[in-house]
Amino acid sequence: MESLSNKKKVLEQKPLNLAERLYLPAIGKGMAITFSHLFKKTATVRYPEVEREFSTNFRGMHSLKRDEQGRERCTACGLCALSCPAEAITMIAAERKNEEKHLYREEKYAATYEINMLRCIFCGLCEEACPKEAIYLDGPIVPADYLRKDFIYGKDKLVEAPLEMKK
Amino acid sequence: MDSGFIIEKFLLVAVIFGISLLIAMYSTYAERKVAAYLQDRLGPDRAGPFGILQPLADGVKMFMKEEIIPTTSNRWLFVVGPGLALLCACIGTAVIPWGSPMVIGDKVVPLQVSDINVGVLYIFGVVSLGVYGVMIGGWASNNKYSLLSAIRAASQNISYEIAMGLSIIALLLITNTLSLKEIVDQQHGWRWNVLYQPLGFIIFMVCSFAETNRAPFDLPECETELIGGYHTEYSSMKLGFYLFAEYINMFVSSAVMAALYFGGYNYPGMDSMAEILGPTWAPLFGTGIFFLKIFAFIFFFMWVRWTIPRFRYDQLMNLGWKGLIPLAIANIIVTGIVIAVIEKF
Repeated sequence: MESLSNKKKVLEQKPLNLAERLYLPAIGKGMAITFSHLFKKTATVRYPEVEREFSTNFRGMHSLKRDEQGRERCTACGLCALSCPAEAITMIAAERKNEEKHLYREEKYAATYEINMLRCIFCGLCEEACPKEAIYLDGPIVPADYLRKDFIYGKDKLVEAPLEMKK
Repeated sequence: MDSGFIIEKFLLVAVIFGISLLIAMYSTYAERKVAAYLQDRLGPDRAGPFGILQPLADGVKMFMKEEIIPTTSNRWLFVVGPGLALLCACIGTAVIPWGSPMVIGDKVVPLQVSDINVGVLYIFGVVSLGVYGVMIGGWASNNKYSLLSAIRAASQNISYEIAMGLSIIALLLITNTLSLKEIVDQQHGWRWNVLYQPLGFIIFMVCSFAETNRAPFDLPECETELIGGYHTEYSSMKLGFYLFAEYINMFVSSAVMAALYFGGYNYPGMDSMAEILGPTWAPLFGTGIFFLKIFAFIFFFMWVRWTIPRFRYDQLMNLGWKGLIPLAIANIIVTGIVIAVIEKF
């Protein structure tokens, strides 16, 4: 039957000629190719020392943000936990005392805020759900660890460094 | 035989043994580095600067691994196999002339453990013995993959030994001697045998790839078909012995190729160099040149391994019996005729 696309190409299987049966010309060609690769730039990135540049929409470790006065933005509304498809986020809310006004922006704050990095799928829905712009997945790759409990990141690891420390 | 002779030989043996073990160790490192650079990677670079301590780390790992001897194996032969493989690999270095005799004070020290007059035959004997380690290990494992691999190794080595022997005969027609020392000395300066026997050299080289079970003839350890081949059941340092034996074999056959065809410790301009360096250091310089040639061959072995895919079993046998053996015989005939014509006129 005639081919409709005309893309079909019939390959003829010819018996090997002498040069092909000797293998040596083909081997020489192959060796030349591999030898030329000896001088090419290696594609390896020495990871812990050198990091590959991420794309701008890369989602890494979470960070809990502070506002311009260095106060935590999170009000422990729980929308991130609710939106999380992997149920990786838990938190306990607490009421802000009068003398803590410089620490927390709103009257309510997260006393504990935990993300289980083994559960997290880095989908970024928490980021989208947050009404206070308090959580962003703008960190590096979450490092490996030995124990499951060490993958539950608390506020000590998640909250951004205070402003004066940043400087 | 005085005690000085024994001490001298003992020292030489110890040094050569140490060097071959060291080279085998660093061949594993070099293999990984060469493979990496041929594939645009970096290779091991974590243990020490440039990963130079990697072989030590590998050695420690090998020693720490659990040693498993299968209950259904033939225990005695299972243990003997790797030892035999390593032993056969090591004793090949005994007849290789590493350098011209060295003059220390008023003593002349030959840089060769023993200059037996059938050195080439000895090398052949040792190389043929080498397959026993693989065969015994493969058979004693009582594992069908190992057995298949052992059969492959045996048939492959026997097939390629013939072509190897025939290619050497053409060389012996030229040299008129079986002593490796004399063969090397005949190649003074630039008169390397490879210039007179290029075809013989190619046949010899292909066969030595097969004899050392290196790619593209590494069918005995073909992972896709035979898991690990003859060392499927081996673990810990016994496996290490097999791997070591392979690298020492590679070193020895590189040395034999360099000695037989590429002039051993001879290099162009060696006479003027000998005058400059004096009778003590000139031989050592020659030894250095010899080792450079050996390293070039080892690199070539690796380069080939990371370029050419493995031959199929029938292709291997076709190449050996229908390709190399007729070629080697033709080479003998042509060499014989040329020598007869030259002698006549």
